[in-house]
Amino acid sequence: MADTALERTNPQRARIEWLVIAIGILLLIAAPFAVYPIFLMRMLCFALFACAFNLLLGYTGLLSFGHAAFFGGAAYFCAYAVKSWGFSPEAGILIGVAGAAALGAVIGFFAIRRQGIYFAMITLALAQMFYFFCVQAPFTRGEDGIQGVPRGFLFGFIDLNNPLTMYFFVLVVFLIGVFIIWRIVNSPFGMILKSIRENETRAISLGYSVANYKLAAFVMSAALAGLAGSLKAIVFQFATLTDVAWQMSGEVILMTLLGGIGTMVGPIVGAGFVVSLENRLATSGFPVQIVIGLIFMICVLLFRRGIVGEILAFFDRRKPGT
Amino acid sequence: MTMIFGIPIQAFLGQLLVGLINGSFYAMLSLGLAIIFGLLRVINFAHGAQYMLGAFAGYLLLTWFGIGYWPSLILVPLIVGVIGLVIEKFALSRLYSVDPLYGLLFTFGLALVLEGIFRYYFGVSGNPYPTPDLLSGGTNLGFMFLPIYRGWVVVASLIVCIGVWLAIEKTKLGAYLRAATENPRLVQAFGVNVPLLLTLTYGIGSGLAGLAGILAAPVYQVSPLMGSDLIIVVFAVVVVGGMGSILGAIVTGYILGLAEGLTKVFYPEASSVVVFVIMAVVLLVRPAGLFGREGA
Amino acid sequence: MNRPNALLSVADLHAWYGESHALHGVSLDILPGETVTLVGRNGVGKTTTLRAIIGLIRKRTGTIQFDGKDLMRLPLHRTAHTGIGFVPEERGIFASLTVEENLMLPPVVAPGGMGLKEIFDLFPNLHERRNSQGTRLSGGEQQMLAMARMLRTGVKLLLLDEPTEGLAPVIVQRIGEVLAELKARGMTILLVEQNFRFASRIADRFFLMDHGRVTADFPAGELETRMDLLHQVLGV
Repeated sequence: MADTALERTNPQRARIEWLVIAIGILLLIAAPFAVYPIFLMRMLCFALFACAFNLLLGYTGLLSFGHAAFFGGAAYFCAYAVKSWGFSPEAGILIGVAGAAALGAVIGFFAIRRQGIYFAMITLALAQMFYFFCVQAPFTRGEDGIQGVPRGFLFGFIDLNNPLTMYFFVLVVFLIGVFIIWRIVNSPFGMILKSIRENETRAISLGYSVANYKLAAFVMSAALAGLAGSLKAIVFQFATLTDVAWQMSGEVILMTLLGGIGTMVGPIVGAGFVVSLENRLATSGFPVQIVIGLIFMICVLLFRRGIVGEILAFFDRRKPGT
Repeated sequence: MTMIFGIPIQAFLGQLLVGLINGSFYAMLSLGLAIIFGLLRVINFAHGAQYMLGAFAGYLLLTWFGIGYWPSLILVPLIVGVIGLVIEKFALSRLYSVDPLYGLLFTFGLALVLEGIFRYYFGVSGNPYPTPDLLSGGTNLGFMFLPIYRGWVVVASLIVCIGVWLAIEKTKLGAYLRAATENPRLVQAFGVNVPLLLTLTYGIGSGLAGLAGILAAPVYQVSPLMGSDLIIVVFAVVVVGGMGSILGAIVTGYILGLAEGLTKVFYPEASSVVVFVIMAVVLLVRPAGLFGREGA
Repeated sequence: MNRPNALLSVADLHAWYGESHALHGVSLDILPGETVTLVGRNGVGKTTTLRAIIGLIRKRTGTIQFDGKDLMRLPLHRTAHTGIGFVPEERGIFASLTVEENLMLPPVVAPGGMGLKEIFDLFPNLHERRNSQGTRLSGGEQQMLAMARMLRTGVKLLLLDEPTEGLAPVIVQRIGEVLAELKARGMTILLVEQNFRFASRIADRFFLMDHGRVTADFPAGELETRMDLLHQVLGV
């Protein structure tokens, strides 16, 4: 999707970015004292989910319409491990991530065989298949989902039932996850991904086994989405079919689109926006799905760069000589 | 009682019929998707919602205005088609110059809105639509019992699919469509109003989905969710069939419907996913799809 | 600068492919019934000029007047209706149409076009192959088809982009005969042609192009005296 905001290295820009990030982290540390921690944790989980998704869409140029499978699947795996096997939360999360990565390898393997629109449709279809599996599999408890997942003790002694403790754990995991994505994007591997996004044929002609890179990016994205999903299962203490439904896949796309595809911060902003919006609408009785759909349509028509994309473009315009 | 593969033949044929009916809808909807995709290069995610819109239009025409099934067969595709025309003209056409994935995302948003609106007013439960008197009841064919309306659905869908295929392959308008699919700019340079052709094509594709919806109304319950579950299966159908060929889309629809029916007989738990499994197999063996052309 | 009673009058035409500035102020004019040739080396903008006139290139400035109408303001699908036909370099025969469907595809834009029977008389092998898939024809037959389908439409000006490219001498001769026939019937022709000898047999006027602009123009009568210039510009 070539008309995204291009990252241009520019020392002044970089300084501003670091400043914004530092302020952002400080705000996130202070936030739970002013805002409901549960709400913040929801934002952080979805922000991580959106960032993981953006690794695939914004940086590799692959639109997956089935990412809910990894998010929700990991939620199920983690919830089951913690509740039924008595695993500690960090082990449950690892199980969730591993499961999501495995699922990502399988779905990615099939989807990579086609490009563009077909790739998106295949991810959707296979994720739906996983959804049907979740409906019927005994371990997911079907319509009820897995309820009452214990928060447990992190590393055996940190009590996650304390909301502040839980929050800071989520914040740390979130920051680690975003950092991992940032490292991937700025590594040589990430450069190759970007070149695949820009011009796949060219990358092939340069000798890269593009399919392998795409699959690797897919699995990484799935694993990180799984990290978000596992976190969510621990925080909210349940995992349900909603987490693996196609609507969830659509939501993460919206968060990324709204925030700004191909920017690091965009998905975080988009997730914050959508989660806040849903929070507001939930109590008003207003139909959330209609609003989400309208935002989608408007965004695609008029606002493709997303919030952060537009901001970056605005600053680029004001610079002379661009 | 005659048995086949260890099951009573009535049950076997009964499931095959259900499969054939599902296949009829898969065929009609893949046809619409393929036509829209061929010319507009957009995957119409809203196709399932337009199908649902068609079913509801029929339901509302009946409950609000007392307009029955037969006039609805004409009115419903018109209504849904006109809505499609408007959507293309004022929104979708602005996306042709950007990455085609945006078209998919736009129609996805549209699907959410359409489904959301009907969910808001009608909830998630289904509403019944009565079978028209002329087509109610059934006949005993000896080896199985055939509900007349079910038979009608299969016949009607065949007529629609073959009719559309003939219109595309044999008429002047179809020639415009085929040429514009190959090289839209050159066709425009000859003086053909291709932008109008695009609008009409989306309208006709939507209308086809609406027609499928009104045909479906007496068979399945009229529910706001009926489109979204179906569209994902139809996507798998078009991946299997490839979208380069109209005929391929139709044939694949029927075949996969039958495959689903067969699976229901022998391995019922897998019937909701067999289409996806077939899709996975086809992707391994013949990635372009059964009838696909490379890049189509 | 352009002749007053010209059918087509192009003045200071600039055109861009994306960011690339391809035409730098092309000016030319054609009188009714005239056959005019654009000559120049590869890449100077001859095809671009044709495509800018018909409107396939939308990023353009300048003036294009045809038959009293301003072509710059028309959307692409209305340009042909002013009476201009375009035969592209790649011929543009549609694979998913039969020969006859290809022939019938461009809509009639003015009275006076040839009837189907007349066209089949002029191109008997097209009649023979009329139910074949369009792209099953040989290169020469496809070129005939590309020209024939324009004749049905009643266009007054024919834009031809490299009609003889890649074709055998026998076919080239046939195409020359067809063009001569059209000329006799009063068709105005703007021809882009690398085959200089072919062009010089039917052209009334030559426009030389270099680096995206017209650098010289002269009538066919002056051809002898201009050969030096031509050799220089074309390497002919």
